[in-house]
Amino acid sequence: MTEILKTLVEAAPPGRTRRIPQMGMTAKIALTILMVIVILTVIAPWIVPHDPLQMDPLARLKGPSLDHLLGTDNFGRDLLSRIMIGGRLSLMIGVATACVSVGLGLILGLVAGFFRRADAVIMRLMDALMAIPSILLAIALVALNGASVGSVIAAITLPEIPRVVRVVRAVILSAREEPYVEAAISLGSRTPLILFRHLLPNTLAPLIVQGTYILASAILAEAVLSFLGAGVSTETPTWGNIMAEGRMFFRIKPELILFPGLVLSLCILSVNLLGDAARDMLDPRLRKSAR
Amino acid sequence: MSGYMLRRALATLPVMTLVALFVFLLLRLSPGDPAAIIAGDMATPAQPEQIRELMGLNQPLYLQFFIWLGDLLRGDLGVSLISHTPVAGMIADRIGPTLSIALLTMLISVTVAIPMGILAAWRHRKLVDHLVMTFSVLGFSVPVFVTGYVFVLVFSLKLGWFPVQGFTPISAGLWSFLKTALLPALTLTTIYVALIARMTRANMLDVLGEDYIRTARAKGGSEMRVLFRHALKNAAVPILTVIGTGFALLIGGVVVTETVFNIPGIGRLTVDAILARDYPVIQAVILLTSFLYVLINLIIDLSYSLFDPRIRY
Repeated sequence: MTEILKTLVEAAPPGRTRRIPQMGMTAKIALTILMVIVILTVIAPWIVPHDPLQMDPLARLKGPSLDHLLGTDNFGRDLLSRIMIGGRLSLMIGVATACVSVGLGLILGLVAGFFRRADAVIMRLMDALMAIPSILLAIALVALNGASVGSVIAAITLPEIPRVVRVVRAVILSAREEPYVEAAISLGSRTPLILFRHLLPNTLAPLIVQGTYILASAILAEAVLSFLGAGVSTETPTWGNIMAEGRMFFRIKPELILFPGLVLSLCILSVNLLGDAARDMLDPRLRKSAR
Repeated sequence: MSGYMLRRALATLPVMTLVALFVFLLLRLSPGDPAAIIAGDMATPAQPEQIRELMGLNQPLYLQFFIWLGDLLRGDLGVSLISHTPVAGMIADRIGPTLSIALLTMLISVTVAIPMGILAAWRHRKLVDHLVMTFSVLGFSVPVFVTGYVFVLVFSLKLGWFPVQGFTPISAGLWSFLKTALLPALTLTTIYVALIARMTRANMLDVLGEDYIRTARAKGGSEMRVLFRHALKNAAVPILTVIGTGFALLIGGVVVTETVFNIPGIGRLTVDAILARDYPVIQAVILLTSFLYVLINLIIDLSYSLFDPRIRY
């Protein structure tokens, strides 16, 4: 009997090889756009044509020229350089948010999915958190804790956590009914072993997908917060606060919002498209039905 | 039926209480002494102490919570730190524009998005489907304020069809209301349509693969009848759900849109409150919108049985 159970346990994921399907054309384009944006922002400090903070009172709100490819803002600062440097903090906040919310959500989701008693408590808390409109919650958190990079990350992370918890919990709830988990339990495996060796790997694919979507929505949320005046201080450019500063001059020079807006939208768009591609590639159930 | 409705309605109480507790703790546990914040930078050393006494901040935390909850249940949302008027009144003054724009958005979105989703599922992997999916992913990716400014640039500044900013209430006539509300509503529609169309498409695709659809077609039912009567009705519950959960997205969108179009609604009130650090106002707005969210989702939950007779209460 134990022999059969052991084979069942060993036959279970991970270790199961799965043919990974080819990436679609859309996903390839999205990946290329994203890579270009990421590389340009990462190496920005060494290649920007101008100092993004250098003001020039004589060159205020200038149109595109050879010297300033995208023109200048109300302080005569070079818009292209600001967008390139601004992307660093925007992307950093997005990545940090995605990592922290996936990490915390994973732990809470594992606990909720595996321990029935904790489940009720955690899920009620998550329901309450989901009921609060995320932008308002983030605004309040930043307003209360000050506009530092850390508090902006915390403020965007908190409303995202329930999304991860729900995904992880759903995966765990269905996986724990699988024969290989029952087999592992009846073999007397200790709880941590079951959790981390047998259940955790199941969450990887949905977490990659969810994490990608959170990255997109976090980059968006940072921009919205900055735009509303509840973001990182304007001394450090981000895509959001470049646009926030451009608001006053929208009628004279709409490019101050349109150019950063375009880069921001392209970035979020390609991350979302990659999320869709990842979902199609990693979720065999969806691959069958959604096509 | 009524028994279930009552139980379902009562089930929202713990969530609402938790939301209230959360919002309460948000202000009390944040760094900084609320009394010192309320007293302001020019306060004498004695003033914070007075305020603490007055607001009951010397009481234990749990007692403070129950006092605050009691005030809340009596409709007392506190007093603004800036204007010194009751917050409830401030919100009542501002809720009109926000609600009318939100409702207009919902109306347009549902009428546009559901046919879009059906069409995409019906013509699966054809041009229409790709167009709908492209629009949908764009709707999720382009920030509301960027869409808003592009609309202002094209429709107001270049074409001159709409005023650039401002708001006329519906009481001043439907036409003048639409002139100011249509552009903000269309801006918001982009995200909401993206959400609903995507959900409609996915669920219609699932349903259209079912046996009873083939049966309906085999019986010679017209394509319209198959799509709307057989398929849409069975796909309705998840679509309704996403309309409800999308409400939180809509609220966030309204806050941003009101800033772009300078509309004196709840969103402007919130943003002004943030800039002025007017905590009671921020607190009240969050509470109110969260309760509204729970309420809307409750109504949607209860309406499931209209579409799916298998769900009986």
